[in-house]
Amino acid sequence: MTGRQTIIPFGPQHPVLPEPIHLDLVVEDERVVSAIPSIGYVHRGLESLVDRREYQDFVFLAERICGICSFTHSSTFCQGIEGLMGIQIPQRAAYLRTMWGEYSRLHSHLLWLGLFADSLGFESLFYQAWKIRESILDEMEATTGGRVIQGVCKVGGVRRDVANSFLSGMDDRLDEIEDNMKDLTNVFLNDYTLKKRLVGKGVLSKDDAYYLGAAGPTARGSGLDMDIRSTGYLAYGDVGFKPVVEKGGDGYARCAVRCRELFQSVEIIRRVITDMPEGDVFTPVKGNPDGEYFSRSEQPRGEVIHYLKGNGTKNLAQFRVRTPTLTNIPPLVSILAGCELADVPQIVLTIDPCIGCMER
Amino acid sequence: MSSASKSPWLLHYNASSCNGCDIEILAALTPVYDVERFGIINTGNPAHADIFVVTGGVNEQNKAVLKNIYDQIPEPKVVVAVGICASSGGVFRECYNISGGVDTIIPVDVYVPGCSVRPEALIEGIVKALGVLEEKRAAMEAKK
Repeated sequence: MTGRQTIIPFGPQHPVLPEPIHLDLVVEDERVVSAIPSIGYVHRGLESLVDRREYQDFVFLAERICGICSFTHSSTFCQGIEGLMGIQIPQRAAYLRTMWGEYSRLHSHLLWLGLFADSLGFESLFYQAWKIRESILDEMEATTGGRVIQGVCKVGGVRRDVANSFLSGMDDRLDEIEDNMKDLTNVFLNDYTLKKRLVGKGVLSKDDAYYLGAAGPTARGSGLDMDIRSTGYLAYGDVGFKPVVEKGGDGYARCAVRCRELFQSVEIIRRVITDMPEGDVFTPVKGNPDGEYFSRSEQPRGEVIHYLKGNGTKNLAQFRVRTPTLTNIPPLVSILAGCELADVPQIVLTIDPCIGCMER
Repeated sequence: MSSASKSPWLLHYNASSCNGCDIEILAALTPVYDVERFGIINTGNPAHADIFVVTGGVNEQNKAVLKNIYDQIPEPKVVVAVGICASSGGVFRECYNISGGVDTIIPVDVYVPGCSVRPEALIEGIVKALGVLEEKRAAMEAKK
């Protein structure tokens, strides 16, 4: 080792990054000594628009915090307003929200698996993952009308109902999707080359994950049993949810958590379809929100918190979002220190960064 | 017609987009829509690119980066603004950090509407961009 340090800029425009984030990598020879992140390339200032948009219209903006977790953001925001106003949404709406939430998790995890394969230079696997993702998007489009931005959530329930005959037809298509996913995840979990690149790389210990505030699959990959779905919001209490936890703490464990969650999501969707209650899909909403509320739910990337403060008018007084990617940045910086330069792209991707969410 | 006008290479940059359009751009390149069968490749290097695909309303921090990437792309080049945010600022138009469209920073040749943009619309936009690319090439040839 020469002891001479060089700084290599990584991003904001980089082949493995679909979104801009910038890292200054301090390297000694081929080893990364430390990584200094700088963010703000996607900051739009969306939260400030609450004083110009009425709370019912803001659902559309909340959905556009991020195009990947769009459904979860809109349902979390609606959940917050409903909490403020004491609205009980119909059971069928809660079940439909659960179903769409899990479909968006499926599409997000498949998207991530594809991008991850791409970051490892495994182009054909990237294409396979995205091919399966298209069949998930077809289900989304058939039930909501939108591929990535659905616009289906509203305060008091959901905007569209799904016919029972369509729901019962979903089962067969889920079987096919599940078969395809089995083939796909088999490669991710058992391929010799991929294992070589993932096992033991970017290790985040359980204690570090806890103290640095990791969330979602990043935390669960390090053995932390943290999943907001365990609190049983929406229909998760009825489906008997148990979080997926891996102990390894390395890139392989984080990948394994997401692979296993794919099948878990399919199971949840199956349960939700079978137990789907009859009835309305929304309750009429009157009045304006007042008071404070923390709305929490589990995004594909971890726990998202929407803080809402109403003042009895149509516009909220304040709106803040805390997204999982932001809390996953300190763990990322900690695992980058000491890694090989060539592993940086794949380690950055193992936390599944979603910069659109993070900066709003 | 030159080969670049049949199989252009794209450079994609997310200038403060919500991600919705970005994943649809990738969806257009991957199976089902699969424009890569025509040799249209998403490159990471500005020096290799013919068509610059930009999403998002461009915030303060992105302005310099966007200009910088644009300058690195060799002539002839075509800029495609993908999605309503890139075209005019869209729902984020009134946000304090949004400049309101890609054309406030660099010249734009083709606008693709939609929130988020559908892959079909994007492909049509790229096909339009091919025409513009060919025009620009012809104009450059004529100058020589």
